[in-house]
Amino acid sequence: MSETTVRIPAPLRTLTGGSDEVKAQGGTLGAVIDDLEKRHPGIKDRLVDEKGIRRFINIYVGEEDARFTGGLSTEVKGGEVSIVPAMAGGAGGA
Amino acid sequence: MPTTYSDLIADVRRGIREVSLDEIKRRLDAKVPMVLVDVREKEETRPGYIPGAINIPRGFLEMQIEQRISDKNAPIVLYCAGGTRSALAAKTLADLGYTNVESANPGFVRWKDLGYPQEKPPELTDAQRDRYSRHILLPDVGEVGQSKLLGSKVLLLGAGGLGSPAALYLAAAGVGTLGIVDADVVDASNLQRQVIHSTSRVGMAKVDSAAKFISDLNPDVKVIPHGERMTSENVERLFDAYDLVVDGTDNFPTRYLVNDASVFLGKPVVHGSIFRFEGQATTFVPASAAKKFSIAPPEGGPCYRCLYPEPPPPHLAPSCQEAGVLGILCGIVGTLQATEAIKLLLGKGNPLVGRLITYDSLRMKFRELKLRKDPECPVCGPNPTIKSYIDYEGFCAIG
Repeated sequence: MSETTVRIPAPLRTLTGGSDEVKAQGGTLGAVIDDLEKRHPGIKDRLVDEKGIRRFINIYVGEEDARFTGGLSTEVKGGEVSIVPAMAGGAGGA
Repeated sequence: MPTTYSDLIADVRRGIREVSLDEIKRRLDAKVPMVLVDVREKEETRPGYIPGAINIPRGFLEMQIEQRISDKNAPIVLYCAGGTRSALAAKTLADLGYTNVESANPGFVRWKDLGYPQEKPPELTDAQRDRYSRHILLPDVGEVGQSKLLGSKVLLLGAGGLGSPAALYLAAAGVGTLGIVDADVVDASNLQRQVIHSTSRVGMAKVDSAAKFISDLNPDVKVIPHGERMTSENVERLFDAYDLVVDGTDNFPTRYLVNDASVFLGKPVVHGSIFRFEGQATTFVPASAAKKFSIAPPEGGPCYRCLYPEPPPPHLAPSCQEAGVLGILCGIVGTLQATEAIKLLLGKGNPLVGRLITYDSLRMKFRELKLRKDPECPVCGPNPTIKSYIDYEGFCAIG
């Protein structure tokens, strides 16, 4: 099975030992996340809840937002999965 | 071989295609793609010209045409005052390999008599022509574009990390009115990234510090300071007078408030956000704003709620205050936002509508991700459930 590169955003890197890119396997996004959880326990809960992908997280398979391509059942054929969280910072705060 | 002027003109006219003024008017009304080129002298165009025409005086035609119109198959319509110079110009362009050239017959004098629409060139001062000369040289800006910028009004939300570089470049570019919303005062810890402020202005209200910097940089720019926090109560008053909004706010409740106001009021929002070494930028043009901005898709693009239906719970949303941010990152993302604002105002280029740029400064990588309109979006979808402002603090506290 082909390996997928998963882009980890800064707020989740405490779960990946600081890595901004990690590997995972799986034919669907759900399987990739399950594999990710085995390698980096605790990460799944940050990405999905009982209804699917959390609504403040976007997960892209390639360039496409998985929310619009079948959610966790989106097919993953190697390549890149990017986790893009909502960020509020405009660095205005003193 | 023609021997007299009359022979020459008759010969030229036989070799070119001519088009009537009625036909040009019809194409203008129907928005048929064409490049209208006014080949009169600059001074002749001052009282008015056909809307959308570019001016290349016939004396400069051969030298400038390839820079201005690089596509040799572009549909070009030339005109002058009466139809003679444009006929000669049409022959020249054919000689240069342009394949789809027409010459208006008669010309602008008759166009004006018919009462057809005209545009007047902007009234820039000599000092402005000098200050903005590097913009004016750009065919996609020119005096017309520069004048648009001078007549434009942009609201900056925050004079902080993102707002500082955005304000700085928008002011330098000559965006005529900059509103700035910020209730904070300058703190020494801001100066690592908030480049519009300075050590000597620590303790001053940020809106006043920014106004001081801008008036020194470019006296053409009118700064309107709004030294207040944005709320559901004042958002409409704040947005109302401006063409678009550059969002550099630093918290989720305000992001959602800005988004909802953008959809309700039909104002584009150029969005930027940053975290540590990474940034995001995109441009939200709701359907309600799309018709005012020619480069946006007519059906509008997704909104912030399409991208992030819900905010993260507060414990998962650390701020830059807690997590830190690379100062320079603010410059990159803030200037991306300023670029988007200028493009929307000029009506040039391809905006970040439906596209999210993510930037990783450590890897030095820009990525582009597609954003889609959420058909179930509670604000901009076909069946909206949020039609007025909500309790944003409460919405973001639950998460």
